[in-house]
Amino acid sequence: MNKNKGIVLYLHVHQPWRIREYSIFDVAWRHNYFSGGQNPDQDNQKIFQKVAEKSYLPMNALLEKLLKKYPDFKISLSFSGTFLEQAERFNPEVLESFKRLVKTGQVEILSSPYHHSLAFFYSRKEFERQVELHRWKIREIFGAETRVLANTELAYSDDLAKWAEQDGFKGVLAEGWDPILNWRSPNYVYRPRGTKKIGLLLKNYRLSDDLAFRFSDRKWNEWPLTADKFNTWVEDSVRYAPLLNLFMDYETFGEHQWAESGIFGFFEKFVDKWLSVDGNTFYTVSEALDANAPAGEISMSSPVTWADAERDLTAWNGNSLQKEALRYVYELEGEVLNSKDEGLISDWRKLQTSDHFYYMGTKNFTDGDVHAYFSPYDSPYDAFLYYMNTIRDMKSRLRK
Amino acid sequence: MKILMLGWELPPHNSGGLGVACYQMSKALASEGVDIDFIIPYTAKHPGIDYMNIYSATPLPPNYHDLGAYNSGSEEDRENAKDEYGLSPMRAVQRRYGKYVRKFVKNHQPDAIHAHDWLTMEAGMIAKEMTGAPLIVHVHATEFDRSGEQSGNPLVHEIEQQGLLMADRIIAVSEITKEIIVKNYHIPPEKIEVVYNAIDLADLPPHEYDASTYRYLEELKKDGYTVVGALTRLTVQKGLTYFVRAAAKALEKYEKIVFVLSGNGEQRDELIELAADLGISDKMIFTGFVRGKQWRDIYCLIDVFVMSSVSEPFGLTALEAAHHDTALLISRQSGVGEVLNNIMRFDYWDVNKLADEIVNIAESPALQKSLKKNVKNEYARISWQDAARKCLKLYKGALV
Repeated sequence: MNKNKGIVLYLHVHQPWRIREYSIFDVAWRHNYFSGGQNPDQDNQKIFQKVAEKSYLPMNALLEKLLKKYPDFKISLSFSGTFLEQAERFNPEVLESFKRLVKTGQVEILSSPYHHSLAFFYSRKEFERQVELHRWKIREIFGAETRVLANTELAYSDDLAKWAEQDGFKGVLAEGWDPILNWRSPNYVYRPRGTKKIGLLLKNYRLSDDLAFRFSDRKWNEWPLTADKFNTWVEDSVRYAPLLNLFMDYETFGEHQWAESGIFGFFEKFVDKWLSVDGNTFYTVSEALDANAPAGEISMSSPVTWADAERDLTAWNGNSLQKEALRYVYELEGEVLNSKDEGLISDWRKLQTSDHFYYMGTKNFTDGDVHAYFSPYDSPYDAFLYYMNTIRDMKSRLRK
Repeated sequence: MKILMLGWELPPHNSGGLGVACYQMSKALASEGVDIDFIIPYTAKHPGIDYMNIYSATPLPPNYHDLGAYNSGSEEDRENAKDEYGLSPMRAVQRRYGKYVRKFVKNHQPDAIHAHDWLTMEAGMIAKEMTGAPLIVHVHATEFDRSGEQSGNPLVHEIEQQGLLMADRIIAVSEITKEIIVKNYHIPPEKIEVVYNAIDLADLPPHEYDASTYRYLEELKKDGYTVVGALTRLTVQKGLTYFVRAAAKALEKYEKIVFVLSGNGEQRDELIELAADLGISDKMIFTGFVRGKQWRDIYCLIDVFVMSSVSEPFGLTALEAAHHDTALLISRQSGVGEVLNNIMRFDYWDVNKLADEIVNIAESPALQKSLKKNVKNEYARISWQDAARKCLKLYKGALV
């Protein structure tokens, strides 16, 4: 039996194609939903450059340094196709720096639906097409094969695991949510109910969110979080368990938590601290699955995600605006695909990106703040109106 | 004859129909030889108004916050602010306005005072006390109208009550308004004269419709759709939740109808959500606030104009709509219905009736055509000159 204790660091890299303030006066005329707007908050190129400077470039430099310095340092990355398109178009240097990371052999790339969509729950066929598109894109850019699936926003259910097994994946990622786990710890590999071969890795959301959400929060009673303190928590967490799954947005480093918060220095020190003890290591997701047999079976009969207090799909489909928007976009599937019009199909897929529906969220309290932080619009209602106008324009294009 | 006219806004600095009515009435009176001193609460240029003297009571700009003629404090404001029922900024401007009038009349003795709505009623009473000239209070809307089915602001009710009691004569813009004044403010009907608003064709120069402004709606029309809409502030007074519900009912019976709401207001988000709840978001278009060419083009585009007001003293937009070749559906609670015969009527709450009428017109091109044609023959007979002559008679009567 393997005696190592390993951290699985999974970073999710994503940028949506944000819709500009697309008005009724644009419909049936201008089809540039994702560019050409006046408002910098919706300027995808500007936003990409900003995040590149604050997060992608400095974090990749740090990761490259750590990968070279510590052969045991491993990371797992997933890229949305919409991110990769923007990197190719707006900042190839970002893409080159990711390629250098992958070349070290210490980085694993995960599979996900190309357009960061919730298609699994709305159109299984479309989901499969997007996973396939993503597979080809990863091959083309990184020359890599994906073996483990991380669905959009870690949206997971037993059905997803069954699908992943049939499709030949060796594992799936999901949220380690207490009501599901009950007394069990997320720090083990599990077997999804209804499957025979694949493994399930569950996010340790407490320790993950200490970095992703709380790190720079001065009102947090643990602020400031030092590498020593966090290392102690991690050691405590894996005292009797083999692994720790730290899953988060890549943009945690430098964008959600600014450089000024000390996140980069913290991270470097923590990696050093953790690896200084014998038997401590990092795993890629595949290594974690290879090194650890399933400790038990986990079932999630309805969808669980990593978002909002509810950890379900309601961050994207909880209110009637979101339900309407999702209904209309997936209703177009047959017509759009039949059109064989590549531009139309590509735009339709970009409109499936979950962020559009997230911006329409109307939940109150803390989750509402998180939605608003990420939203490029004045209100969820504006997000909805612009979105509905793109749907009208799609219909108009289909009529021609 | 010299008239002191007390108003709150004039075009182009108006937030709605009140400014237009004051402008037109003054212009028509001036052409009857009346000498007018018009006092406004802000300072700004009014190009094209050379038929009367405009005096500014304060140096404030016209868009000074909370100065809008339709603002009588939100429910929330009222609860939060114990003093002046959430109207403090407005009250401060009203006090300055009153002070200015007190000084002004020392050097400008009028033959009669003409005050428009609650906004200037207090100043009207001051002027009456100072000069002994008769006070004519012109009621364009009462607080009962503005607050729809809600209770309204008690302070505004109180000011209206005093003004109506102190007035020598009262002008109401419709029988509906006269009835409200009699019933709710207990004013004897003999003191009240109904003078209808009108429409000045000179202010609606020939407009060449541009089919490229609303391309999407044009496409739908070519496809056989009927465009049903309203140009209105999105506010409770306008009964728009009934309009949206009627839209949903109409769409159950007949598919080729599209609905447009042009305008903005505090009820916008609620209406967007209601349309989503009813599952008709694709057929309910919110254009936002429109002016200029977009304003004229939407009037031209609309086939059926709906005024669903819960309480509409007059409703000038209906006459504008008639001018632009639309069939009119007017709630029985709207004063403009008193001067038009070739319209279809409904009680604002009668969603089924409204839905039926919409479907009937959409399904019958002949009915639609005859409604459009006949109302066009009607509306032009109502003139501001007639309204001004009635006013003049009233001034003279009050002087005796």
